[in-house]
Amino acid sequence: MANDVKEIADAALLARLKEKAAWVRRETLKIHGIAPETRIASSLSAVEVLATLYYGGWLRFDPRQPQWEGRDRFIASKGHGCIALYPILADLGFIGREELATVCKPGSRLGGIPDMQIPGIETTNGSLGHGLGVACGIAVGLRQKRSDARVYVVCGDGELCEGSIWEAVMFAGQQGLSNLTLIVDYNGISMLDYCRNIINLEPLDRKLREFQWDAVTVDGHDLGAVHRALADGRQSSTSRPQAIVARTVKGKGVPSLESDVLCHVKTLNAQQVAEAVGRLS
Amino acid sequence: MSDTRSMTMRDAFFDRLLEAMRQHENIFIVTDDFGAPALDKIRSEFGDRFINVGIAEQSAVNVATGLAIEGFTTYAFGIAGFMSMRCYEQIRTNLSMAAQVRPLNVNIVGVGAGLSYDLSGPSHHCLEDITLMRLLPHLEVFSPSDWALAARVAERSLHSHRPKYIRLDSKPVTNLYQDGAPADLEDGFCELAHGGDTCVVATGFMTQVSQRALAQSAGRAGLVDVFAFRPLNEDRLFRTLEKYRRVVTVEEGFLNRGGLDSMIVGLLARHDARIAVRALGVNDHYLFEVGNRAHLHQLCGIDERGILQAIAAPAA
Repeated sequence: MANDVKEIADAALLARLKEKAAWVRRETLKIHGIAPETRIASSLSAVEVLATLYYGGWLRFDPRQPQWEGRDRFIASKGHGCIALYPILADLGFIGREELATVCKPGSRLGGIPDMQIPGIETTNGSLGHGLGVACGIAVGLRQKRSDARVYVVCGDGELCEGSIWEAVMFAGQQGLSNLTLIVDYNGISMLDYCRNIINLEPLDRKLREFQWDAVTVDGHDLGAVHRALADGRQSSTSRPQAIVARTVKGKGVPSLESDVLCHVKTLNAQQVAEAVGRLS
Repeated sequence: MSDTRSMTMRDAFFDRLLEAMRQHENIFIVTDDFGAPALDKIRSEFGDRFINVGIAEQSAVNVATGLAIEGFTTYAFGIAGFMSMRCYEQIRTNLSMAAQVRPLNVNIVGVGAGLSYDLSGPSHHCLEDITLMRLLPHLEVFSPSDWALAARVAERSLHSHRPKYIRLDSKPVTNLYQDGAPADLEDGFCELAHGGDTCVVATGFMTQVSQRALAQSAGRAGLVDVFAFRPLNEDRLFRTLEKYRRVVTVEEGFLNRGGLDSMIVGLLARHDARIAVRALGVNDHYLFEVGNRAHLHQLCGIDERGILQAIAAPAA
């Protein structure tokens, strides 16, 4: 009986996550429609990861008190690809919904990369390779305060070429930062080429395990899989940091982006955005 | 009476922090595997607040930043040239930029200012840090000239919730200041000697060398020690300098590249001052020639003799 209740609850949650993720994808496209400077392909690959974090009950937050001491800390290290955060922050009340129309417009606080002047954003982002190291310091600080809050970091796979990432990977493993979760948006494409042709990171989960992390690889568009991986991290009893290698598709949901290795710098015009939103609706 | 002992700035600095760590639980030391005798005491007494990230300056700054985001006071410690340059972008983005939005008490403590590591060669010489650090908004920059001042900078660092770069000499030094001076660290400078129509303006270890030179100049020159580039009371510094007809700047840094000389030239220009400036420092090249600090100073014309000659030279 208990299992039945849990299954129904999980099914309801997954249905909600699916609905939210689809909405976030459409809204992200709409933002790109008014702000072509934003990196749309990189943002679309992270949608399910972000939706599961914020709507799946894993990230603790209080939009009325963005700096609430008991919150989980979320670091959007792959800043370029986190435009998908804006509709989520608006939906949850961190920022006004009307602000979504101001992205990249003069005077707006919502730029092409989310920065710490925005409620709910912890760090200055966009310069790649910083987020995980700062998250390590936050995790040590939370441990010192005996807080049960966790730190979640989203990095891109192209970002993993930064040496500072591996300084942080080694540090977190050595320190046993079990309150730290790294999610790699593993979309396989950097700016100029497939990651495997630039610096081949395979097998990434094994590399991370060698550095004393718990690491799993999941389909990053499978909401249930991301959800379970986050649950495992929260409930883990090991003294290791947790990594989720989320295999994703860059430009997910827009066929012309999905099939283009140079999609990172590709811009959709208003008509293409409208068509993409229409298809997703 | 001032304390006449010879001591390294880093030991004075960390001895003060050790006292503070005994009183406050919110202080962390983060090192890139670089030590000091005074640091050994901290490591043994407060192992849970002493973090060795390994030889990884970017990690040191990032970890110190994350801890400060959680409200801790942190000290990222290593060799000055590497702490200021290997992780410059971390300092820019995570400290200088972030400090515009929120308080962050992160202290980048670099040992080996200027030519401290004389015999280690140009990789360990640090001739660029003042230029690079004073460039960054919101970053406080300290360049103390004696160990008592270094200890006072440590004391002040506990209470200023802005990021800081603190450059310390690696060699033992004696104290230049009498007890209680300088009166106010917020001024950023102190006039150590008055006299004549020329004022020598120096920073860090070069204030020590300049004072020795001035002892031989029969009161022909004054001496200003610039121990901070931010905070710096520029109006008061100008009022001090306008009493003189000439200024001689002395630094272990590149000339005309944004360091002490550039700061003084800019200050005088903003006041349309008719004060001649002669800058002594390192002229746009690295020092591969092996030699102790006195030898390197002689090569660059920033030894006592070079300073005395600059004082004696007629105004252009």
